[in-house]
Amino acid sequence: MNDEDRLLPWHEQSTAGLIPEAGNARKYETGGWRTYLPIRDGEKCVQCLRCYFVCPDSSVLMSDEGKVLVEFDLRYCKGCGICASECPPKAQAIKMLYEADLEKGGE
Amino acid sequence: MGERTILTGNDAAALAFMHVNPDVAAVFPITPQTELMHQFTQYVADGEVDTELIPVESEHSAMSAALASALSGARTITASSSAGLALMWEMLYVTASSRAPVVMVDVNRALSAPINIHCDHSDSMGARDAGWIQIFSENTQESYDNAIQAFRIAEHSDVQLPVMVTLDGFILSHTMEVLEILDRETVQKFVGEYNITTKLLDFDNPVTMGPLALTPHYFECKRQQIEAMENARKVILDIGKEYGRISGRSYGYFEEYKLDDAEVGVMVLGSTAGTAKVAVDLARDKGIKAGLLKLRVFRPFPGNEIVEAIKHLKALAVMDRSASFGLTGGPVFNEVRSASYGAGIDTLISSVIYGLGGRDTYPEQIADLLDKVRADADAGKVRDVQRFVGLRE
Repeated sequence: MNDEDRLLPWHEQSTAGLIPEAGNARKYETGGWRTYLPIRDGEKCVQCLRCYFVCPDSSVLMSDEGKVLVEFDLRYCKGCGICASECPPKAQAIKMLYEADLEKGGE
Repeated sequence: MGERTILTGNDAAALAFMHVNPDVAAVFPITPQTELMHQFTQYVADGEVDTELIPVESEHSAMSAALASALSGARTITASSSAGLALMWEMLYVTASSRAPVVMVDVNRALSAPINIHCDHSDSMGARDAGWIQIFSENTQESYDNAIQAFRIAEHSDVQLPVMVTLDGFILSHTMEVLEILDRETVQKFVGEYNITTKLLDFDNPVTMGPLALTPHYFECKRQQIEAMENARKVILDIGKEYGRISGRSYGYFEEYKLDDAEVGVMVLGSTAGTAKVAVDLARDKGIKAGLLKLRVFRPFPGNEIVEAIKHLKALAVMDRSASFGLTGGPVFNEVRSASYGAGIDTLISSVIYGLGGRDTYPEQIADLLDKVRADADAGKVRDVQRFVGLRE
């Protein structure tokens, strides 16, 4: 259930927590879970698309021409690091950075 | 109205299930329930029912499969006993909380240790807060009748909760008794189509069932369950009356035997109620104005109605076939005494634990108990709040 839903009294809330709307996981923005932020180096990226296929949150964005973009969809990216792990060793185009450090003006 | 026949309690419950013709049965065998599902699987093998039988690998799986099946949109049954019911524990709660109207027969059997296959109510009483409607049967006839009514109660749109019908292990499950059965068409007409509000396999209206519900939503779900159980009170009475119209046997929350003019009474559920009726007659022969209240529905607990039925008694002994360790008296006693508190009645209520692990209880023992209850009434106080019947002391 989505915490952002209006909180209804017990007799108006759906029975047994049932979610009557299909595909509403889209509303659940898991980006808030993130500790590590993926940073893509556009120069090193070889456009192999591995990160696109392995991302569990569909957060790797693609252009109309079928090329992955440097930016990630940070509304949903949980910072799991699968993209960085699967990026070919020769390319190493994705780095995971500790997000709190970035906010403090660190690396 | 029906045909008279002779069956064991297990076979009577299996026959009720055959007459209902459920869509799915998910079962695992355990003594003394085994013969019930053995008989039912024979109906499946003989093509007498259209049921999809799932022979699962454990009772935990049985209840998991049953709950998913019921929510998918299939009328679903299962059955168990004792350790089997205990292994279902986690899923008993999930089934009730997910509002899956599964119908289960629990053939009452003691819980281990020491290991014992005979009757007491420790298995079903342990599940009393799992959110299931619980209906106890006195004899083979009631095992059959309760199993049929269970479907209508469980599936009612105001309720949608699972129902556990219990019958006493061996004493009923393996004992042949004469009963009157209905014909299949009558039962089919009575139970009707399985039609719950929301089905998981309704592809035009996709939903998510069993989601995570943390602090903002869980409490409200529990309040809904409380309300469903409250709604069940009326539904149980309505269905009990409606069943009376097709069978000639109406059912309520409980049965009273010579209680109207009684001064002292006993209260019991399950097969011992039959013994207690004989005991009441024995006590009356000795000049004790005795009566019996046989409880049928334990969840939802009909507290107000019980208080109304016992308020004229000077003293009442509530008999429990299970113990609640560390608490005075068993579950039924505690519910009755709690319901009486603040109700303005003076009835002296005492607890009796009897029949654990299948220990036989005889009419003379209950008649003797009634004598003690009368002595409580004469003394104007409960002289011994916890008595044991049939224990070597």
